Amino acid sequence: MYTWIWRQLPGGRPGKLAGSLLLVLAVSALLLFVVFPWLEPMLPLNEVTVR
Amino acid sequence: MTGTGRRSPRHARQVRRSGRARTVIRGVGQTLITLGAVVLLFIVYEVWVTDQINEGVQSELTQDLRQRWDVGEDPLQRPDGGLGQLPLGEGFAFIRIPSFGLDYVRVVLEGTDEDKLTEGPGHYPDSALPGEVGNFAMAGHRVGKGSPFLNLDRLEPGEAIIIETSETWYVYRMLDESGADDPDGIPGREIVDPGAIDVVDPVPGEPGAEPTRSLLTLTTCHPKFSAAQRMIIHAELDGAPLSKDDYPDGPPALTGG
Repeated sequence: MYTWIWRQLPGGRPGKLAGSLLLVLAVSALLLFVVFPWLEPMLPLNEVTVR
Repeated sequence: MTGTGRRSPRHARQVRRSGRARTVIRGVGQTLITLGAVVLLFIVYEVWVTDQINEGVQSELTQDLRQRWDVGEDPLQRPDGGLGQLPLGEGFAFIRIPSFGLDYVRVVLEGTDEDKLTEGPGHYPDSALPGEVGNFAMAGHRVGKGSPFLNLDRLEPGEAIIIETSETWYVYRMLDESGADDPDGIPGREIVDPGAIDVVDPVPGEPGAEPTRSLLTLTTCHPKFSAAQRMIIHAELDGAPLSKDDYPDGPPALTGG
């Protein structure tokens, strides 16, 4: 998969590096600000109340 | 020569097959590495990113509450003059724990639902209000979301937990660890099961008993990162409430007494 992405990225080696970095950042942001906040309440990690 | 004719196609098939196997193995490997990276990122999110987000939320809540107090509005005072049920999600007091540092201040909100606790320590709605006879009980996160109760395991008996309301300081002090010398046998710290709701009762551990003392209870998860148990801290009001007019910079317990 990563090989395939690397091959699709344009711009020679510098372009590919910049493109990869951008992709990593985009995926991280998506995880941190969309996926994790949605996922977290469903995990039994942080229950602090007695009930 | 006749042999090579037969071997070649088979050899090609083998190469193709081992190529396919390699692709599958590489795919599995990359998937596992990716999952590992995602889990690491989730840990960073839990212990760091949520703290950063909470810092912003808390400073907004702090500003809001101070502004309301400045114009003479106190969420704890109902229009009819009495103390009453607070609207859920409303910030109404500050909690300070001097042994956690002088910069340790958190807005306490009404309610213990997750959306409130994400913003700050939450008050169990049916428990007493600050200074009242009974049990002023709060829940708070241990790790992440500002980690308000991260260090409750390091709080020592006798150390102050200070509640600041619009006009008053309430100084509570953690009870003795064992509870052996306590008139009601209430320990300063206990580790209980998640279902032990009697720790937030007016008299902790004695459901239905009539309270005579002003207590404070903090609940958080235990051990860290786990929902297996709860750590409970019990404290008692120490002396009379102090007016903010007399102690504008905080009670002696806060300023080093």
